[in-house]
Amino acid sequence: MSFDLTRRRFLIGSSVAATGLLTGCDAMVQSTTVNDILQKAESLSMGAQRLLMSQQTLAREFSEADLSPVFKANGTSQPDSEDYARMTENNFADWKLVVNGMVKTPLNLSLADLKAMPSRTQITRHDCVEGWSAIGKWTGVPLGLVLEKAGLAPGARYAVFHCADDLEPSLDGSGRYYESIDLVDAWHPQTILAYSMNGKDLEVAHGAPLRLRVERQLGYKHAKYVMGIELVDSFKNLAGGKGGFWEDRGYEWYAGI
Amino acid sequence: MASVTSGVTDTAKPKKVLFYRHSVAVRITHWLNVLCLSFLLMSGLQIFNAHPNLYWGQYGADALPDPSFISIGAVEDGNTIKGVTRIGSLSVNTTGVLGASTEDGELSPRAFPAWITIPSYQDLATGRRWHFFFAWFFVINGLVYLLYGLIGRHFRRDIVPTKDQLTPGHLAQEIADHARLKFPKGEKARHYNSLQKLTYMAVIFIILPLMVLTGLTMSPGFNAIFPWLLDVFGGRQSARTIHFITASLIVIFVIVHIVMVLVSGVWNNLRSMITGYYALKFEPKNEVSK
Repeated sequence: MSFDLTRRRFLIGSSVAATGLLTGCDAMVQSTTVNDILQKAESLSMGAQRLLMSQQTLAREFSEADLSPVFKANGTSQPDSEDYARMTENNFADWKLVVNGMVKTPLNLSLADLKAMPSRTQITRHDCVEGWSAIGKWTGVPLGLVLEKAGLAPGARYAVFHCADDLEPSLDGSGRYYESIDLVDAWHPQTILAYSMNGKDLEVAHGAPLRLRVERQLGYKHAKYVMGIELVDSFKNLAGGKGGFWEDRGYEWYAGI
Repeated sequence: MASVTSGVTDTAKPKKVLFYRHSVAVRITHWLNVLCLSFLLMSGLQIFNAHPNLYWGQYGADALPDPSFISIGAVEDGNTIKGVTRIGSLSVNTTGVLGASTEDGELSPRAFPAWITIPSYQDLATGRRWHFFFAWFFVINGLVYLLYGLIGRHFRRDIVPTKDQLTPGHLAQEIADHARLKFPKGEKARHYNSLQKLTYMAVIFIILPLMVLTGLTMSPGFNAIFPWLLDVFGGRQSARTIHFITASLIVIFVIVHIVMVLVSGVWNNLRSMITGYYALKFEPKNEVSK
C-alpha cells in the first residue's frame, strides 16, 4: 500500500485531459490499442522473473542495524469504519481472520490462533511503487501454513486479501482495499501474515492486526488490515476485476518490477 | 566503412566521394534507440515525479530522519508556491521549470514540468507502463546491436580507437581542433576521431548498461534473482540515484551529439544515418589520388 496524495491530482489531470486539452502524447497514452500493446511488457517482466527465480529464491534479508529509523506509513493509516474502531478498542480480541472460497475447510482464526502457529521473522526492504524504500522487521505466520490448514479446493489459483480500509471513500464499497497473489507467491517461504513489526504488535498505521508481506513485489501488494483471505480461480467477481485496488486503477497486477 | 562508391564532380569544386559508412543494422538500431530513449526519458521523469527525492543506501523515504541528497519540491510562498531544487545543502529557486511549473494554466507543484513527462499530467501507473515497455524494447534493440557489433566487427572496425589515435600528442591535437569546431576533412573523416570513439565506447559499454543494471536493481523481483546487484550499487536507493544521474549523462551526451551533428555537416550526417552514405570532401589542390 504505497501511495501519496497525488491521487487527487491524477484525477484532476485525467478529467482535464478528458475534456480535450490533450497533447499528442496524451492522446496516444489514452488510446486503448496503444495500451494493449504496452501492457504486453507486463507479462514479459513477469515471465522473465518467474523463469529466473525458483519457488525458494528469497528476497534479501537485512540485519537489525539496517532497519529504517522511521518506517513510513502509507496508503490508509487509520481505517475509519465503526467496526474497525470497535476492534481496536479491545485490541482485536474478537477479530477473526476468515479463510474461505475455494478451500476444503473454511477457517476462522483469532489473533491468538495465528500467534500459536509456527512463525517466521524477517528483516526486509519495503519498496513503494513511488520509489522510496524502508526496512522493517516482520513476524508472522507463513501464508502457506494457513492455506495448508484450510486445504485448497481443486482449481484454486489466487489468494485474495480482503481489507478493512476504504482507501477511496465510496458508497458501494468499490473503494475498499483488496489485493491478490498467485499460488507461487502464496507458498513462498517469505510470504507471511505479519502481526508484529520491529518487535512490537503491528501498529494501526501499518495494518493492525494483520498485514501481508510478499517480499518479491512492491508495497501495494502488501495488503494491510487483512480481514479475510478468499481463494478464487479468477478475479472477475471482485470489484474492478483486475485483482486489486491499485490494479483496478491501472497498476500492474504483477508488481515484481 | 570499407566499400567505396565514388561520385566524381568537375575539378573546379571539391571532389565528393560517397562511402558506405553505416550498415543497415547500425542505422535501424540507432533510430530505434532514439525512439526508446525518448520515451524512457519522458516516462522516467513521470515516475520520478511520484517521489522527487534521491537517497543513498539501502533505504530512503520522505520520513525523517532519512536524508535525501537531491530533492525537487514545492514550498508555499505567500499565496503562491515556488519550486525549490536542492542538492545537498544547496537550494536553488527553480520555479517555472523544476518543483513548480505551469499545468493547465496554473502553477502546480510537480518536480519535472508537464511538457517533458508522459503523460503530461501526473499518472504514475501509465508512466510505468510506458517505461517498462520501452525498457524491454531498448534492451532487445541493444542486444541486437551488441551482437552485431561483435560478430559484424563493427566495434573493432569503427568504435575502438587505434593505437596511434591514443598518443598524447594526437589526443591533444584533437581536443584543440574540437574546441575550435574544426573537423577532419577528406580521408581523415573516413574514420571516427578518437574523442568520438572514446565517447561512443563510454556510452555503449558503460552508461547504457549502467542504466539497465540500476533499473533492474530497483525491481524487488530482480533483487531476489540477482542479489549481487544490491552490493554492486550499494542498495536500491543508491541504484535509483545512479539511474537518475546516468540518465542525466545520457541527456548531456545527446545534446552534445546533436550539436556535433549540426556543426559538422548536418545533411551529410543525417543522410549517412538514413541511407548509410557519407560524403568525403577532398579539396582539388590537395588531391593525391588524381
